Amino acid sequence: MALEAKNIYFRYDKRLPWIFQDFSLSVDKGERLAVFAPSGYGKTTLAMLLAGFLTPRKGEILLNDEPLPRKGICPVQLIFQHPEKAINPRWRLKRVLEESGGLREDLLDAFGIERAWLERFPRELSGGELQRFCLMRALQSGAEYLICDEISTMLDVITQAQIWNVVLAEAAKCHMGIIAVTHNRHLAGRIATRTVDLAEESHKAIPSL
Amino acid sequence: MKQKEETLLEIHDLSVSFRMYGQGLEQEELRVISDLHLTVHPGEIVAIAGSSGSGKSLLASAILGILPDNATVRGHLHYKGEELTAERQRQLRGKEIALVPQSVAFLDPLMKVGKQADGHVKPRPVEKRKSLFRRLELPEKTEQFYPFQLSGGMARRVLVSTALLVDAQLVIADEPTPGMSLNQALEALKLFREMADEGRAVILITHDIDLAFAFADRIAVFYAGTTVETAPASDFQKGPDALRHPYSKALWSALPQNGFTPIDGFQPYAGNLPEGCLFAPRCPYKKPECERAVPPVREVRGGEVRCYCSV
Repeated sequence: MALEAKNIYFRYDKRLPWIFQDFSLSVDKGERLAVFAPSGYGKTTLAMLLAGFLTPRKGEILLNDEPLPRKGICPVQLIFQHPEKAINPRWRLKRVLEESGGLREDLLDAFGIERAWLERFPRELSGGELQRFCLMRALQSGAEYLICDEISTMLDVITQAQIWNVVLAEAAKCHMGIIAVTHNRHLAGRIATRTVDLAEESHKAIPSL
Repeated sequence: MKQKEETLLEIHDLSVSFRMYGQGLEQEELRVISDLHLTVHPGEIVAIAGSSGSGKSLLASAILGILPDNATVRGHLHYKGEELTAERQRQLRGKEIALVPQSVAFLDPLMKVGKQADGHVKPRPVEKRKSLFRRLELPEKTEQFYPFQLSGGMARRVLVSTALLVDAQLVIADEPTPGMSLNQALEALKLFREMADEGRAVILITHDIDLAFAFADRIAVFYAGTTVETAPASDFQKGPDALRHPYSKALWSALPQNGFTPIDGFQPYAGNLPEGCLFAPRCPYKKPECERAVPPVREVRGGEVRCYCSV
């Protein structure tokens, strides 16, 4: 039971240098991995590959030894750094949540989402409030893995702690795997069971420059 | 007047509101910054920390005069002792007052970043830019790239260098460090520190408050559109007992290295602010008077605080 990147190769274009060459990574269910790397190393690219937003040129992404499903809600959910760019600006937030299957009351309470916010449009909420919706949408979809790409860098530290505490509790309850991209070693110490530094890996990503 | 000459920037009773459409053609005023005070002296880095959506970036826009048309600004802004009028803002911005914008979308998508960083400065500061890029660990080739070819952290380092190249007296850096590795962030802050040590000044808006503690001289804590506390950065390094406002203490305790324990609740929505102290609904030390009127700014132990309870 694991999410694996198996000997993947990736570059954005034939004329551009490889970002990943023969790169492998495996995260078990229930494991929480923090990923470090210098800026420009391909952390976001890795997050997109693992969640199925990008396809490796060679090699495979496997979930429990099978390729990611092409239909339905993906069991590997990616949470982006900028929540305001990840939510349809013309949908009320209620509809955003309902798209991923109903409203789980216990999660609404855990995230402290006020019921009045459900009738609002995304522009009427702050980044921290929107990020709760992005996380809730992913958590209640029944995801097995969450890929968190710097989900709290733009938030104040109180909101950061609020959000992570809920995610960690829910992940423990549902035995989810988490891959968190972050630059903050203190934060990684709080949230991760294992860390990996792409720059120190032997099969390392080639800097894109 | 004497005092004003010694300050570079002085902000007094500033409020910013937006005219917004409610239902149909109905308009409402949404007040996002209220009664804000801030002074910046030459040679100083003032960090602005605080809640997301507390008006930190709007303050930057208000100082530069780049708020959208539906915004109304009231209050006093003084730069070098003279009032900062719209005309003066136009003359100064990009020259004496420079901005490191928060969003990497501020880069021109159709212009190579090297040329873009040089900007309109004549002659083009090519050598200086190259050395800045080197210090910020941007590879030589970066200058030939378009913004879409950069990662988030690289784009941010380009933005930092654009502001440093114009030799401004005051740089307003709005979240300059997200996406940068620790070393790069430290180098960027060191550049700001050097700038301040030359007698210029920096306003550093940031969520990386642990970095701000180390590099800034003073820290202003924002909550719901106003400053709740302004204190020497050293107080934040000492810990919660040296701080004055309960929100500042809560910020400190929420840091991953200091407990990672958040307080409950949320910052109030700008359209629905409480009557009294803006922090009262979440405050563990709340007294009856806190809910009646907004507390005035008081001097406590060498810092300024907006709270009835702090001693």
